[in-house]
Amino acid sequence: MIFLKAFVIGGLFCVVAQLLIDLTTHKVTPAHILVGYVVGGVVLSAFGLYQPLIDWAGAGATVPITGFGHLLAQGAIQGVEQKGILGAFSGGVAAVATGISAAVIFGYLAAIFFKPKG
Amino acid sequence: MTQPLEIRKKQYKKLVDEIKPRPPLVRNTVGAFIFGGLIALIGQFLLNFFQGQGLSVNDAGAATSSTLVFLAALFTGLGIYDEIAKYGGAGTIVPINGFANSMVSPAMEYRTEGFVLGVGARLFTIAGPVLVFGILSAWLVALLYHFFR
Repeated sequence: MIFLKAFVIGGLFCVVAQLLIDLTTHKVTPAHILVGYVVGGVVLSAFGLYQPLIDWAGAGATVPITGFGHLLAQGAIQGVEQKGILGAFSGGVAAVATGISAAVIFGYLAAIFFKPKG
Repeated sequence: MTQPLEIRKKQYKKLVDEIKPRPPLVRNTVGAFIFGGLIALIGQFLLNFFQGQGLSVNDAGAATSSTLVFLAALFTGLGIYDEIAKYGGAGTIVPINGFANSMVSPAMEYRTEGFVLGVGARLFTIAGPVLVFGILSAWLVALLYHFFR
């Protein structure tokens, strides 16, 4: 059942993005989608709305980039609880450190190993 | 004998509707749903697998993201990601692997400008803004939490 929920919620996140790209008159690029979704994830998480969605849909909520925003927000909030104001600076990035490092490392290696087509 | 204008108009409209290509909106939306859903599904399988290996929920999530990021970097390098993106649209942008794809694509393209200002800098063409706004907004939320909790 969790697999079906993950599929549906993961798919719906993408449908919303697709409609934003296709239906709005503004030029919405993938960059705008990614930025908007991360900030959206931060805001939803701040209001306590994102964790229930993860509890319900699992990877359907953690795989979309909004989940990245959720991790940032929760990390920063937990940082505040542990270290006060200094934690607001350290907690967020610490929570997403694995993802960022993986993206930088694999991204760099892929970019130098492969040649672009065309 | 010619038919009244209204009827001819209707017939013409019907003909146009039949001939003109279906709006890509439906195709794009269905594509985004299926590919976005499939990637989340793969993510769920990975999540279950890593938890089965004894990882905590948080660690399993990080391992899942890293695996998806690795696959996206590999497929982008092989030129497969762009092919999938033709059908998947936003379904290949929104999942975490879209973030990795947005790093590798420009970095690969600007390789001729060198490893530092070419690859190194271009990795962050899109990832840079994402990190800026993500970190800034999370910091702001934590600050508000600190003062108003």
